[in-house]
Amino acid sequence: MSEARLLAPKLSPTEKGFRLFFLAAAIVALGQMFLIALFLLNEAAGLLATAPLGDFLFSKDWYPTYEPPEFGALALIVGSVVVTIGSSLIATPVGLGLAIYLAFLAGRRKREWIKPAVELMAGVPSVVLGFIGLAVVAPFLQDVLDLPTGLNVLNASFILALMAIPSIASLGEDALAAVPRDVLDASYALGATRWETIWKVAIPAAMSGLSTAVILGLGRALGETLVVLMVAGGAAQIPTSIFDSVRPMTATLAAEMGETAIGSAHYHALFALGAVLFVLTLAFNLLAYWLGVRWRRG
Amino acid sequence: MALFGYSLKERQTRELLALGVIRFLGGSFLAVMGALVVYLVYRGGSAISWDFLTEYPRDSMTAGGIWPAIVGTFGLAAGSMLVAIPLGFGAAIYLAEYARPGPLLTVIRLGVNNLAGVPSVVFGLFGLAVFVSFLGFGRSLLSGCLTLGVLTLPTVTAAAEEALRQTPASFREAALALGANRWQAIRQVVLPAALPGMLTGAILALGRAAGETAPIIFTASAALTLNAPESVFSEVMALPTHIFNLATNGAHIAATRPQQFGACLTLIVLVLGLSLFALIIRARLRKGRKW
Amino acid sequence: MTKIGFLALAIISVFGLGASYQAADRPRGESVRISGSTTLLPFTQKAAEEYLKDYPQEVVTVSGTGTGEGVKSLVDGVVDLAAASRDLRPEERERAQAAKVTLRRVTVAKDGLAVIVNASNPIRELTLDQLRGIYLGTINNWRELGGQDRVIVPINRDSSSGTFEMWIEMVLGGRKHRPDAQVQSSSGAVAYAVGGNRQAIGYVGLGFLDGPVAVVAINGVKASIEAVVTGSYPISRGLYVFSRTDSSASADKFLNYLLGAKGQALLEAEGYAPAGN
Repeated sequence: MSEARLLAPKLSPTEKGFRLFFLAAAIVALGQMFLIALFLLNEAAGLLATAPLGDFLFSKDWYPTYEPPEFGALALIVGSVVVTIGSSLIATPVGLGLAIYLAFLAGRRKREWIKPAVELMAGVPSVVLGFIGLAVVAPFLQDVLDLPTGLNVLNASFILALMAIPSIASLGEDALAAVPRDVLDASYALGATRWETIWKVAIPAAMSGLSTAVILGLGRALGETLVVLMVAGGAAQIPTSIFDSVRPMTATLAAEMGETAIGSAHYHALFALGAVLFVLTLAFNLLAYWLGVRWRRG
Repeated sequence: MALFGYSLKERQTRELLALGVIRFLGGSFLAVMGALVVYLVYRGGSAISWDFLTEYPRDSMTAGGIWPAIVGTFGLAAGSMLVAIPLGFGAAIYLAEYARPGPLLTVIRLGVNNLAGVPSVVFGLFGLAVFVSFLGFGRSLLSGCLTLGVLTLPTVTAAAEEALRQTPASFREAALALGANRWQAIRQVVLPAALPGMLTGAILALGRAAGETAPIIFTASAALTLNAPESVFSEVMALPTHIFNLATNGAHIAATRPQQFGACLTLIVLVLGLSLFALIIRARLRKGRKW
Repeated sequence: MTKIGFLALAIISVFGLGASYQAADRPRGESVRISGSTTLLPFTQKAAEEYLKDYPQEVVTVSGTGTGEGVKSLVDGVVDLAAASRDLRPEERERAQAAKVTLRRVTVAKDGLAVIVNASNPIRELTLDQLRGIYLGTINNWRELGGQDRVIVPINRDSSSGTFEMWIEMVLGGRKHRPDAQVQSSSGAVAYAVGGNRQAIGYVGLGFLDGPVAVVAINGVKASIEAVVTGSYPISRGLYVFSRTDSSASADKFLNYLLGAKGQALLEAEGYAPAGN
């Protein structure tokens, strides 16, 4: 690429024209992406005119349409965090287990079928999984465990895990498959069993790739909307058990954004929730990127 | 032999146990997903008929079909690509072929990748404030396409740039050595080689756009339209919001269960069909690639 | 390689064609967009269907995600009519004034908030105070009300709901509801949830008494069309449609249909009490 640049002849007018066109496309596309981020943060900052940041972040009273309204987001933030952690407890072992299975146990022919199938699963629209949680899992949980409601942290975590597992498994398998064959062969030659090779050699070697996979999967669970909107129960409370309902930030945004007039306190409060989500996903992605860079170097 | 301080017998037991757990974990997910698909096909399949796919809803959604939702989903997904493909491909060509590598490019790329991870509901919030209210496009096909286009833009850009970068530098060098200018090299050598890869990314994004719900609830979708969309300023129904509305906002939730399952199956077939198509292209590309 | 590229391009364009296929060019009236209260959704949907049978040249789209959303969209000019299960809030009036929009209100129906429990629950009568206690969180078990020893699962509505706001005002007197109450996004969803949960209690419009649910009498009066019309039921309200004074002729025509004999007959068939204008 850079050597080619040296060889390039002087720019002709057509050449300049197209170059300008692509530059314009790049500026519009990239500029617009950054504008979204700016817009979000700017509208969120509008909340500070009506309420101090501490009240927003640390009060758990979310009564947006009361007179006077209260916009305490703590219960909503905790709701998001709880279902994300819950889903990670299910998705991490299962997703990594599936990745290990695909990379070491499945055999070539099975892998060629199962891996694309798993990748396809990553594309199932979230509204379909939310619907399954609502129409199938919730009544099942409620009846079998005799719960007050099947729309709770457990159900939401389970469905979110179903969404995260395919991407964890697929990326995790990529990372495991990238471990050099020689290293594994050396381990087998030393008399190690398959599990010992996987556990002591392959997993440490692929560690940063595997953690990237897990973090990206969790980032997806954190930002997922329809599943938690349909399945988490919608109660803006700090849960005390996995059978309690919660109202994660994304669900709150989806449920309430339609009614908020531009510039109202509720509008700014929702944008502030959006900004919190934005910052959290940014943190997840940067962490994944950083681990990915380390992985490529290592 | 007592490797790792355990007897052979212990190690063998461990091996069996650990691999058993791995198989169980992987198998349980595949089993759950398999059961889910079978259940959806069973419940949805009994709801789907030619009339279901081609009729308007009737009797407060309890009868009739999902035709306007299918039309709306097609329109929204295609329209979003009209936004995302020209901009995304153009930006990708600039980034891959013209921009000088350096810290600025790294930051830009990082920004693109990060925006691809921003929750879709946040884009919905943005679309509602900017396209629907501020620009006055109203709740319409246009607002929905723009919102989904902005949402898929980072994905389309990143995939296109990746495809361009995978075209070897020697292709460009050969073209330039033959006296082609940069644009000629791009158009006649690089793009033909990279285009299938770029379009694969676009199809995956198309599938994602077709399945998105949160960004279009308030920017594009109506619960019920009994006419075809007249213009880009019409509200449309869409499959994902139709499922959502019937299951949560509906007046007759129990009575419309068959419709809900039918719409789910239709949406899945549509979205997974597109992804499957993209995956097949990608697999063939990898096999057929000679560089 | 290029073949695949063309195939991909073809797929994308098929999507576009599929969408434009239906854009037939017969003459049409201006479109009427109605949104707002989910309580009125069964009626507005049904009415739109029948209306288009009588006037096939008209165009009507129906949405319903909550009164708050409908009123906001009406002021923004996103919709032509807003169904509402409460009157305007002060800040909505201010906003309309600031936007130089004058809103008109017509009552299309009267409605009571029927309190429902699962059909297997023996409780059939509560006082307004007991109801308030349940939703404030001071009463937590059906045993305290003479029922089975089971935790009460109160079901609430989303904040965008006009029904929710009427409930907070008329039953809770504006006090904060307990935060752990389940939230459903429509009356239909509340009825469905209560029908599937032995411990649940909820409130819905009269048009939503579907499934295995039982109506609970409040202060000795059971919610019914008659009790709402005579005013004896304590938790009654009007259901409204708001329009703008600068609305289109098509919007006025549809609104008149809703209020006319045909519209009101459909209304009663769906289980609401007539407006009695």
